[in-house]
Amino acid sequence: MATQQTQTLGRMLLAPAVVLLLIWMIVPLAMTIYFSLLSYNLLNPGMERFVGLENFEYFLTDPAFLASLRNTLVLVGSVLLITIVLGTLVALLLDQAIIGRSIVRLMVIAPFFVMPTVSALVWKNLLMHPVSGLFAWIMTSLGMQPIDWFAEYPLFSIILIVAWQWLPFAALILLTALQSLDEEQKEAALMDGAGAFSTFFYITLPHLARPITVVILIETIFLLTVFAEIFVTTGGGPGLQTTNIAFLIYSQALIQYDVGSASAGGLVAVVIANILAFFLVRIVGRNLEA
Amino acid sequence: MKTMIGTLLGASFLAVGLASTPAVAQQTTLTIATVNNGDMIRMQALSSDFTTKNPDINVKWVTLEENVLRQRVTTDIATKGGQFDVLTIGTYEVPIWAKQNWLVPLDKLSAGYDAKDILPKIADAVSVKGTLYAAPFYGESSMVMYRTDLFQKAGLTMPESPTWDFVIDAAKKLTDKSAGVYGICLRGKAGWGENMAFLTAMANSYGARWFDEKWQPQFNGPEWKATLTDYVNLMKEAGPPGASSNGFNENLALFNAGKCAMWIDATVAASFVTNPKDSKVADKVGFALAPNKGLGKNANWLWAWNLAIPAGSKKIEAASKFIEWATSKGYTDLVASKEGWANVPPGTRTSLYQNEAYIKAAPFAKLTLASIDSADPNHPTVKPVPYVGVQYAAIPEFQGIGTQVGQQFSAALSGASTIDAALAAAQAASEREMKRAGYIK
Repeated sequence: MATQQTQTLGRMLLAPAVVLLLIWMIVPLAMTIYFSLLSYNLLNPGMERFVGLENFEYFLTDPAFLASLRNTLVLVGSVLLITIVLGTLVALLLDQAIIGRSIVRLMVIAPFFVMPTVSALVWKNLLMHPVSGLFAWIMTSLGMQPIDWFAEYPLFSIILIVAWQWLPFAALILLTALQSLDEEQKEAALMDGAGAFSTFFYITLPHLARPITVVILIETIFLLTVFAEIFVTTGGGPGLQTTNIAFLIYSQALIQYDVGSASAGGLVAVVIANILAFFLVRIVGRNLEA
Repeated sequence: MKTMIGTLLGASFLAVGLASTPAVAQQTTLTIATVNNGDMIRMQALSSDFTTKNPDINVKWVTLEENVLRQRVTTDIATKGGQFDVLTIGTYEVPIWAKQNWLVPLDKLSAGYDAKDILPKIADAVSVKGTLYAAPFYGESSMVMYRTDLFQKAGLTMPESPTWDFVIDAAKKLTDKSAGVYGICLRGKAGWGENMAFLTAMANSYGARWFDEKWQPQFNGPEWKATLTDYVNLMKEAGPPGASSNGFNENLALFNAGKCAMWIDATVAASFVTNPKDSKVADKVGFALAPNKGLGKNANWLWAWNLAIPAGSKKIEAASKFIEWATSKGYTDLVASKEGWANVPPGTRTSLYQNEAYIKAAPFAKLTLASIDSADPNHPTVKPVPYVGVQYAAIPEFQGIGTQVGQQFSAALSGASTIDAALAAAQAASEREMKRAGYIK
């Protein structure tokens, strides 16, 4: 039991660390808020002036904003869906006793360790390239017209690349969970005459509910900020088809050098992420507590 | 024991430090930011010539891809970061940055440098009120490069100054998709310096312009519509697949692999496509002026990569010494002696085009000069415009607007958007930006 005195002393000793952390957090945020209220273009120095909420109005009424919001949600949603469905299947497969299991596991996990820019380059130039890519070669060998992936299905191509990167993560977490599943339960189900499907839906899937929520939470955080894959492959285009919020802010800041609008965009992105987090935690968090 | 080793180490460091101090005090290290284009990589390799002549100067290179370099250099100079002593910048930046007093005027160049020898069009593009603010490293316009063997096979003759009608017609005739040969390769990758450089030059020849005299964007006019329609249809019928992600380098690779019958792009490419080391078709390339529509303007642009000193540099003297070295006639001779005349940086000096050895080694020299001469940044379009610049408008806001418009046009090319929708979106976006920037009241 700490006395009043030691408690005060403890707080005082903690204070420097807490203050430092607060500064660490607050200074960048405060600067972003400050810049978001200025008309500040890097190319017109000395012209900065206070404009209130004009940057926000400008950012939110930009036709690119709605398109990029939609793209962001489609991207996050589709990648989540693909990684969880396929991840569960892969995890189920890897859970079987097969020859060379450890090597297979290693291969499955490998994409997660490839840097986003590198994997985007590999997909763009070696796989999806309409003239010299592997997919084009397969299609021409089969007598079909090769698909120009990034022109015809740009967002789908990005989703494919990002899902490929995140599938191992989902599979890994789900596999760990599967291995903690009680063998006796499965045996009991088997003895009761349950088939593979009912065992999966009534025993395995409920057991996986919690790891799936963890995967959804963690992936959402990272998928909201997907940038390298878009930057390397499509540059946000054609048109605005693959511009997500992160890329839109980048283009405001470093193509148009509009610090004010980019700051406002950054704050809007924070708000959007928080709204998403609020709902996710409510839906998902309940699951975690149970 | 530990203390002793420590003392010894400390003493030896001190000794080394003392010994080298006098040398260090006189050494100046220049940080040079440049583009990863072939000619600049060569300059980097040859810079030992400069450091041997100037033993008191060291050079440190920051070599980046064009877009990344532009971002790094712009943010550095705008925030007065002072990272670089010599910058590689384009003709677009020079007048804008000079007006902001971000660049050191190059008015103290030595007499031997012979600034009057710089091609007038290029000198004009990098000067403000008659004072040089950057020294051109290489200059370029655009022209048609074509395969003489394919033209002969198809029974076509390329005129020296072709019209768009001829080019479009020939491209369709030369396309043989089953053999992997496409009639024409053009830029499609979005960006103000990528597809918009080509499309703006093409639009100029169609009588279009970016803005009218009151800075009102003109994408709702018939000229831009005709330009974009012809471009998209031509690329659909006679262009390579994946054209909406092709920039200069992608098209260069396609042309060198023998997949394009024609390619309209920078004159600098001429020395690459005729170099047997890189190009499968080196001995079958012909050149012609960029096409026209009979309105008095060819679809050619004007560009130069230049070296300049940022106002924040503390090593102005050494930096200007380096710039003189890299853009002098002496450097040209150095490259010629080591790599042959065809590889010298083109398009900056009159004397180069009077040099017999160069004319003989570079079959494209005459057309390069003619192309540069026919581009006029002060009167780029058929109708009058309030801006300077052929394939861009030299205002700070142009990068942002140009990139947005470029995105819309690449969407039209890929078929993701219709031509009308792309033009309407381009008009809306540029009007919005121009209003925000205060050009339109």
